[in-house]
Amino acid sequence: MSDWKLMVRQLVKNPLSLAGIIIIVIFAFIAIFAPLIAPTPEGHRDPYMIPRDGYSATPRPPSEEHIFGTTEGQYDIFYGVIWGTRSAFHVGLVVIGIVLVTGIVLGSLAGYFGGLVDEIIMRITDIFLAFPPLILAMAIVAAMGPSLKSVMIALTVVSWPSYARLIRGDILQVREEDYIEASRGIGASNFRVIIRHALPNAIYPTLVMASLDIGAIVLAAAALSFLGLGAPEGYADWGQLTSFARNWIVGSSTNPLKYWFAVTIPGLFILFFVMGWNLLGDAFRDILDPRLARR
Amino acid sequence: MELRSYIIRRLLLLIPVLFGVTVFIFGITMLFSPIERVSLYVTDARQFTNIPALIETYGLDQPFFVQYGNWISQVFSGNLGWSRVVGMPVWDAIWHFLPTTLELAMFATPIIILMGIFLGTQAAAHKDRPLDHGTRVMAIFGWSLPTFWLGLILLMVFYGYFRGLLPPSRLSVPMELVVHSADFIRYTHINTIDAILNLNGAVFLDALRHLVLPVITLTVVQVAFIMRLMRSSMLESLGKGYVLTARAKGLAERVVINKHARRNALIPVITVGGYLFAAMVNGVVITETIFTFKGIGWWAWQAAVRLDIASVLGFALFNAVLFVLVNLVVDILYTRVDPRVRLGGVMQ
Repeated sequence: MSDWKLMVRQLVKNPLSLAGIIIIVIFAFIAIFAPLIAPTPEGHRDPYMIPRDGYSATPRPPSEEHIFGTTEGQYDIFYGVIWGTRSAFHVGLVVIGIVLVTGIVLGSLAGYFGGLVDEIIMRITDIFLAFPPLILAMAIVAAMGPSLKSVMIALTVVSWPSYARLIRGDILQVREEDYIEASRGIGASNFRVIIRHALPNAIYPTLVMASLDIGAIVLAAAALSFLGLGAPEGYADWGQLTSFARNWIVGSSTNPLKYWFAVTIPGLFILFFVMGWNLLGDAFRDILDPRLARR
Repeated sequence: MELRSYIIRRLLLLIPVLFGVTVFIFGITMLFSPIERVSLYVTDARQFTNIPALIETYGLDQPFFVQYGNWISQVFSGNLGWSRVVGMPVWDAIWHFLPTTLELAMFATPIIILMGIFLGTQAAAHKDRPLDHGTRVMAIFGWSLPTFWLGLILLMVFYGYFRGLLPPSRLSVPMELVVHSADFIRYTHINTIDAILNLNGAVFLDALRHLVLPVITLTVVQVAFIMRLMRSSMLESLGKGYVLTARAKGLAERVVINKHARRNALIPVITVGGYLFAAMVNGVVITETIFTFKGIGWWAWQAAVRLDIASVLGFALFNAVLFVLVNLVVDILYTRVDPRVRLGGVMQ
């Protein structure tokens, strides 16, 4: 595992990836301690539903009671962005988890067995990859009815094919190695060969890249939520909080930037969250691509 | 000769993919009841008065593949159903909204490609110097930006703070009236081009003013992507023997980079043409929604939010077919610009 140590050392040495790590750790901290940072008011049933302070449409500026102000419908922005961090991790982790399992199973079947199995699985991925991803996701969400669950299913459906292909390619590379041949020779079952010998030697880079895709998935989910195809109204979700501000981009005639807090704050959380993963991803790409690292 | 057989083989391979795509789309419609599915076949609002007859005609209570057969033959005759949100057939709606989106794409695409290539070349030429680090940070920032949020911020500043300097929508009201007047001939329905053809400067400037923010929103992420790709492709190319030769001959660094290294570095950039198209379609939906720039993406958003399933699926099918064709063209182009690419091994 000295590879690991070397990689971690490289990541910490590089200021950009170090910044990425710090950002992600801060967000993880916010998500874990959300109930302490933004306590749910007494008698409020679902902590993921943002408490509202009245029903007036006009956002109110930051005050002692609402430190980030309230957005359209008097939803507390601070509470929304803090608990929204949990929603973001939830969507990102669940989607990437299911995508990886599906991708690994189908990809290694296709790569290892080849022939007809490979042909069928690859033609199925062709069909899914024939759509621009967001369009397919939109169609799926619209068909299943807008909800956070639909968004997660839709993002899983559009993401698994590329992973299946990646892993298939990696398995193809190791399939002809001597150690695979050897373990087959001593009578190991196909299942055992895939699990114990082929996969561990093939999926390591894919796994790393996949975990960094969480940023992109959260961004896509936020976009769907912004379009009104995601979480139910009032759910702590960054994309939706941003969409609440759509009617308030222009303030009053004396103060055109009057509602800046409603417009900027939720988006900043999305930006930093995604940027954390991308900063880390950029460094990983350099480390994993030896052709570029040498220069 | 070899190229022709390659193209034919690729076209044949499209058939199973498109078959799968249509089965998949039709499978999604099966989530709905026959009454809701009627809108997939209707071409005239008056037909809705007799829904049972429609169910009978199109066999909506028949087994899956019988229904699929009926539906696909409708699709081939150009009938994608009825778009409830705009009250016209889906096929007409696509053509109605397409010019607006083309106008956006017409301005965004050259900016994305030229800026991406220029910045990427510069970054590679100055590897590990401030310029390189700067563009790297810019790129990471760029593709972490939620475009929908960027659009709102731009509007807040340039529409709110600067009092309507760069407004949303496609044209201001007076210009809208000019465009729809009898004297203004709408050749293409692309406002800027029509304005030039009608020699109408006011409409042209107004259209441009409305295009600035959507185009910025649409380009930021893709510029970052092309730039990074171009950078790594350039770095690879700069390490090649012919660059060393060019330098050894004593050529100016500018010539080495712009003539010898960059030309070869451009080849991999072509391969992402398909990706660029997909990203563009995604971006168009979000951009047009924020700026009420009523093109095909805006229509698709309206349809999705109001659960107009015939429009959403018609749009998805339209895009899938386009996307597949774009990818085909990209692959063919690739074999043309890089003769080393072997035409065999398509199935890999």
